[in-house]
Amino acid sequence: MELNAHIPDGPIQQKWEKHQFDSKLVNPANKRKYRIIMVGSGLAGGAGAASLAELGYNVDCFCYQDSPRRAHSIAAQGGINAAKNYRNDGDSVFRLFYDTVKGGDFRAREANVYRLAEVSNNIIDQSVANGVPFAREYGGLLDNRSFGGAQVSRTFYARGQTGQQLLIGAYQALERQVGLGTVKMYNRHEMLELIMVDGIAKGIVTRDMVTGAIESHIADAVILSTGGYGNVFYLSTNAMGCNGTAVWRAYKKGAAFGNPCFTQIHPTCIPVTGDHQSKLTLMSESLRNDGRVWVPKKKEDCKRVPAEIKEDDRDYYLERKYPSFGNLAPRDISSRAAKQVCDEGRGVGETGLGVYLDFSDAIRRLGKNKIEEKYGNLFEMYERITDENPYETPMRIYPAVHYTMGGLWVDYNLMSTIPGLFVAGEANFSDHGANRLGASALMQGLADGYFVLPATVSNYLAGLKPGVRPAADHPAVVETETAVKTRVEKLLSIKGSKSPTHFHRELGKIMWEYCGMARNEAGLKKALELIPKLREEFWKDVRVVGENESLNQSLEMAARVADFLELGELMCLDALQRRESCGGHFREEFQTEDGEALRDDENFCHTAVWEYKGEGQTPVRHIESLTFEYVHLATRSYK
Amino acid sequence: MSHKSMNLTLHVWRQKNAKCDGKFVEYKADGVSPDMSFLEMLDVVNEGLIAKGEEPVEFDHDCREGICGTCSMVINGRPHGPKERTTTCQLHMRSFKDGDSITLEPWRAEAFPVVRDLVVDRSAFDRIIAVGGFITAPAGSPQDANSLPISKENADLSMDAASCIGCGACVAACPNASAMLFVSAKISHLGLLPQGQPERYLRVRDMIAQMDAEAFGTCTNHGECETACPKGIKMENIARMNRDFIKASLTFRHATIGGGGA
Repeated sequence: MELNAHIPDGPIQQKWEKHQFDSKLVNPANKRKYRIIMVGSGLAGGAGAASLAELGYNVDCFCYQDSPRRAHSIAAQGGINAAKNYRNDGDSVFRLFYDTVKGGDFRAREANVYRLAEVSNNIIDQSVANGVPFAREYGGLLDNRSFGGAQVSRTFYARGQTGQQLLIGAYQALERQVGLGTVKMYNRHEMLELIMVDGIAKGIVTRDMVTGAIESHIADAVILSTGGYGNVFYLSTNAMGCNGTAVWRAYKKGAAFGNPCFTQIHPTCIPVTGDHQSKLTLMSESLRNDGRVWVPKKKEDCKRVPAEIKEDDRDYYLERKYPSFGNLAPRDISSRAAKQVCDEGRGVGETGLGVYLDFSDAIRRLGKNKIEEKYGNLFEMYERITDENPYETPMRIYPAVHYTMGGLWVDYNLMSTIPGLFVAGEANFSDHGANRLGASALMQGLADGYFVLPATVSNYLAGLKPGVRPAADHPAVVETETAVKTRVEKLLSIKGSKSPTHFHRELGKIMWEYCGMARNEAGLKKALELIPKLREEFWKDVRVVGENESLNQSLEMAARVADFLELGELMCLDALQRRESCGGHFREEFQTEDGEALRDDENFCHTAVWEYKGEGQTPVRHIESLTFEYVHLATRSYK
Repeated sequence: MSHKSMNLTLHVWRQKNAKCDGKFVEYKADGVSPDMSFLEMLDVVNEGLIAKGEEPVEFDHDCREGICGTCSMVINGRPHGPKERTTTCQLHMRSFKDGDSITLEPWRAEAFPVVRDLVVDRSAFDRIIAVGGFITAPAGSPQDANSLPISKENADLSMDAASCIGCGACVAACPNASAMLFVSAKISHLGLLPQGQPERYLRVRDMIAQMDAEAFGTCTNHGECETACPKGIKMENIARMNRDFIKASLTFRHATIGGGGA
């Protein structure tokens, strides 16, 4: 497999502009002769579908939800970064680029990250124009807050609902195109396979989740904006429906997978209460602007009421270990620090897997009203779930799976190793390296959707003859559709004894135990034995009740779990082979004396790019070497 | 936190699809922990049904953190259940007590046909947005975000309205199945912002016309919508929409015919 990232020549500051100029254009009269498939309707998918339709292309957009407005981007709370420097605090495009490369622990591609920082400002302009009601100051100008991993205030926000507001902005632009007839929206449709004709992506096979109809859709280009695969862990902050099926199906058709093991564990989530738990709820990282994280110094204090524990007996461990960033240390570092203190037996709450996030100082300093204004909805949500009032007693938080930096490998144009298959947003691997900084996911989703895809997809389409697409009865189309039908029938015919959820939960336990916050060789090898066994059991013993021809959530779940059972294995394989610690990937064998991640730039300054080799075959690990010309490789320190 | 588990009786609306008749079916939910969310309780009931080889109760849900607006069921006659400003997914079993009987129904409205069991089709809401619930600002065209100051008061009011999650509880609660709270929230969100002014009156006309075409009822000021809304959207939005609609109707002009440039 040949990997060419197609990074434009020239100084990093000019690459994107030059590339746009060098890209081929499609004549306006020809644009309507092309058809583009967009899978997913979140920030990347919704904004991308709308923007491509605005250019004049026909777009078919698919989502598994009942409306594109429900995509999981909606749940992002804290904010979106941009290098506006409205605060006059020394921010710039270069600094946002620098922080993102460093935050990603030097495992991202410089050219992509620079472009992300470069278009960040346009995103804010675009969103405001679409009516996103960002927080403002009394003078009418936009407000900012700070986020982890940065020493400037560059995060724009809409209360604790920034993702919701940005998504609704993109959704409204999308619906406008639906009204104009340029986008055809397919709600409650799930992509189950990619159609390839002569090695090029030409369409998808979907299942209508209401009628069960399995249908092929043909297009000139296919874009996957299907989000991350964090639900491989069963418990995560992802929505229940988030899944890896689209990217996994594409992988098995030849799209290489970049850094599958890079997973982000978010430090501030509400701790697990019991086996019935179906998902984990995030408490925005923005809370760490005013909340102080601590645990008792002494184990015997852990079960006491926090108010009774004297100031001297509290260990504000983030402030102690990382004095310059303190409670705003990046996510990977904060999560690991929480795990360490809990492993030492100093965790709080009934399970001992929790740390305090305490607002009493901030409430004393700023007053309860100010805190309510900033975080009111988050405090309310916390109280609803835990039945505890965070204005009076500290929150209890614990890390949880939140985001996957890994994803399908893409070049500078966001095209995968399959020609005609583009991948945007969390679904690709491109911009965050080994750790994503807070408020950067929304930025990347919208950058890809509003600005990158319209340019790069046009460039691709310009090389195709307009209006020439495979016929619906092309053998490759028929064959793909038949394979999907066979697979669905197979799932329904097993009639075993255990539900899809049972297998999902078991897989999640394996992944969290051996491929979670800390990984080691023995554990990963164990997982690589357990997962194939579980998968075998699944295909013998899963019970999917009901039929294909109606709404059937257990059938949907079974198909997704089947793919997670393969994806999880690739994650463990990747984690095993990356014999270093970087960002969210912490290998216990590779750490400094004080427990920090120990990178190995000599041997691992690259992206691991996995190529599928067929059922039962070990995939092949290729590498894309990373060079750092502008941000020099250095040990990442937040001390 | 209490650890006393509860035994409950559920009466659940089961309906195979839009064409079939539905009926209530009774299920037992035993050993329910007060820390479970309502949907987690249903997960457990469903796992029990699958174990018996029966088809689980289908219900809509996704983010389970009260923001996506997917979950939708009428619990003991109230959309999203007994707790104010709380979606079904954020409702916890500590709001119930041992021995309770709970009735579960889908949203009931002509404009929201039942898909299966507790799942309904809310695409009418998308169609209302598609005719005018937007600001026309194609990607790439805008000016610098700070070149258009917006008073904090208006930005906050706009944000209040924009908090709508499009769940449809307002429609389900309304005796007329009116969508006025949903539509007016969008009218307020965009109409309170300077960016939203150019299309303000066109928007209100088009959205209301679509709302009527979708078979939603009219508002007769019951106020059930505001009570049921999990996000606290206020009825003052309906008043704002009505004002805009009257002005739009009085000042409406048919579009002039455009001509090509040289």
